[in-house]
Amino acid sequence: MYKNLRWKLLTIAAVAGLAIWSFTPPWTRVKLGLDLKGGVHLVYRVETNDALRIETETASEQFNEVLKTEGIAASAVRVTGLQEFVIEGVPPASEQQFRQLAQTQVGLSFDRDSGDGGAHTFKMKPNIAVQRRAEAVTQAIQTIERRVNELGVSEPVVAPYGTANDQIVVQLPGVSDVNHAKGIIKNTAILEIKLVEAGPSSDEPTLLTSYQGKAPEGMEVVPGVSGTPGDSSRVFYLVKRVAAITGRDLRNAKPTLDEYNTPAVSFTLNNEGATKFARVTGENVGRQLAIILDRTVQSAPVIESRIEREGRITGTFTQQEASDLSLILRSGALPASLTVLEERTVGPTLGAASVRAGITASLVGLALVTLFMLFYYRLAGINAFVSITMNLVILLGFMAYLGAVMTLPGIAGFILTIGMGVDSNVLIFERIREELATKKGAKQAIAAGFDRVFVTIVDTHVASLIAAAFLFQFGTGPIRGFATTLFFGLISNVFTAVFVSRTLFEIILSKRPAGSAQPLSI
Amino acid sequence: MRIFDSPNLNFIRWRWHALALSVAIIATGIFTIVSRGGLPYGVDFSGGTVLVLKFQQPTSEEAVRAALPFAGQAVVQTYGVPADNEILVRLPLPSGSDDSAAVDAQATEVETTLRAANIGTFTIESKEVVGPIIGEDLRRKGIWATIASLGGILGYIWFRFRLTFAVGAIVATLHDVLVTLVFLTWFEYDLSLNVVAALLTITGYSVNDTIVVFDRVRENQRSAKREPLEQVVNRSVNQTLSRTIITAGTTFLAVVSLFVFGGDVLEGLAFTLLVGIITGTYSTVFIASAIAIVLSPRPPEAATAARPRRV
Repeated sequence: MYKNLRWKLLTIAAVAGLAIWSFTPPWTRVKLGLDLKGGVHLVYRVETNDALRIETETASEQFNEVLKTEGIAASAVRVTGLQEFVIEGVPPASEQQFRQLAQTQVGLSFDRDSGDGGAHTFKMKPNIAVQRRAEAVTQAIQTIERRVNELGVSEPVVAPYGTANDQIVVQLPGVSDVNHAKGIIKNTAILEIKLVEAGPSSDEPTLLTSYQGKAPEGMEVVPGVSGTPGDSSRVFYLVKRVAAITGRDLRNAKPTLDEYNTPAVSFTLNNEGATKFARVTGENVGRQLAIILDRTVQSAPVIESRIEREGRITGTFTQQEASDLSLILRSGALPASLTVLEERTVGPTLGAASVRAGITASLVGLALVTLFMLFYYRLAGINAFVSITMNLVILLGFMAYLGAVMTLPGIAGFILTIGMGVDSNVLIFERIREELATKKGAKQAIAAGFDRVFVTIVDTHVASLIAAAFLFQFGTGPIRGFATTLFFGLISNVFTAVFVSRTLFEIILSKRPAGSAQPLSI
Repeated sequence: MRIFDSPNLNFIRWRWHALALSVAIIATGIFTIVSRGGLPYGVDFSGGTVLVLKFQQPTSEEAVRAALPFAGQAVVQTYGVPADNEILVRLPLPSGSDDSAAVDAQATEVETTLRAANIGTFTIESKEVVGPIIGEDLRRKGIWATIASLGGILGYIWFRFRLTFAVGAIVATLHDVLVTLVFLTWFEYDLSLNVVAALLTITGYSVNDTIVVFDRVRENQRSAKREPLEQVVNRSVNQTLSRTIITAGTTFLAVVSLFVFGGDVLEGLAFTLLVGIITGTYSTVFIASAIAIVLSPRPPEAATAARPRRV
């Protein structure tokens, strides 16, 4: 009669064993969310307009350089918008050559619109704009990833986020100095080294006296920090607009000490950078080079001789600042600035407290429920306890095996699973009581109870599964943890409430002597 | 041990009273919500900043409030157990700004000012800064998810039973969501992501109960084709009453444990589930069945005998 029993028991033991193997030991196998481990969750928006502006400016400047080399003297080159620049005063004689050059130099990315008087407007092609925006986001992700890895964060997450194409999510588990991490991530760190024309002056007008108050063609005014430590006043330099070296030419950067033993950053250049640097320094010995970080001049040393590979950035850095700057320069500049859209931080003590609270609540909940079931359904209550506990074990096993993240709401889902496990057991027990009341024998009552109730259990579980699925869709992070526990808890509940519980009843029945009229303890 | 031994209570007779009670609660609730200026959106949906500061020494709310860089609508209150020395500071979105950067700047400003104000050393236990874009995003998603969930459940019950039952179930579930929102407002819990997650769970749970009753109705109708729907439903509710009360009770026990031991972060979620379990049971017994009866066509006596009921 019950020869299947051995197979059923073996199946149950195997499933339980697999689950337990899957999540043991729990502190390494169960992935904890940020709200249980502590850490920070950030959502940034990449200001892709920055990237477009930089592309337009660079394109116009480089095109201007080419025009000069070819001897076409345009009267003005102006950037008039994020995606637009204008070249004016092209002499009619050079018109043909100009158009050809325009095609080869910027034709891939810009559409040319010719107006009167030798004025040409260049607008970025829409598909190029879209492409550049997407590239900016990808590059930002890669740069942030490098920086975050250098920070030594374990298992960080840096990924695109949300439906807008310009959002990034960054998750740093276990980080305690959040402001430091945010500072490193957000730092645009645009390094430019430009030839100094004049300066330093304490204000702009003084600087430009010899130039009729206006910066001449190909030059710009850049503010800088005063060289003396503790002096926060600004000075101004007139520098060449086109940079000799940018951050892209760096191969490496390291913190070091300068000749006064104050922290500084030394950098080495890659091959292309080295060639450019050698030419610029070789041709300009005796002049100053402005080292500009994020549009502020850090220092302007004099070129003493031709330099090929190495350079040094000095300034009023602390050791930490020098170390941070080296890290940032090594990882490359951010292609665009970042805006914080959302930040959630959980301190480590709160995380640990939440874990403890969750475990306590689960155990107390399980205890209360079991006590009640024993009280109301007598020995069948043991049946309920075993099937509910199996349910939780399988659930944990599922989560550990799939690498699903356990969050605080996920623990609430755990407790709700206890509730649902009990729900199914009560459904079955009440039905069995009903069948027993119609004077059926124990065996038939149990069989009838389970058979009839199976349909109801499937119906109720599907409805809850629908809710859990939409919850998963809507949620991010912690709520997804809740939806996941709910979802798998429901699925494993069908197995435990029906199969496991029934097997346990059949074990009890098989232990009774044949033809016994002993009432079932339920 | 039995609580309900073959009960035969006339629930259906009380259905109009029950509906009236529900309408009363919901109406009062809506009035409260409107008079308080809208649903109590947490910072997840309205945007803004929430900081939980853990002080080494007991520190008063007034000291913290006085040290804030600006007055205005900042909310400062003790958080959790007094022995923990934790203070919660909540700041709304900076006014006149639709910009996420401003929210971040405001949060940093508050932190630095508080540290410099010398009211005691503290660590930041938790911090939530939500810009207006994300806040609006979450609001939209939350509403969509609730509607979609209700729609999915409606479809499923229609498919498994019949349309009138499905409508009855959805009305009962909507009723539960509304009543829970009302209680959340009365007990001054904020609508946070966790709370909305609990609300979505209640839609699934409330329907659970209802399905059990409808399932029994379907079974009873197979053997009592001539009986008026009212009586069949009443009998079904009575038959499942024991099970309905016991499961609600035991799930309630489990969630009470969560409410008491689960910590402050989960308090809103646990409270929502507690209220949801109670209204879920109430709505199953009174509302769902009542609506299903009201909406079902009343065929003339002769036709009832001739036409086999669709199941």
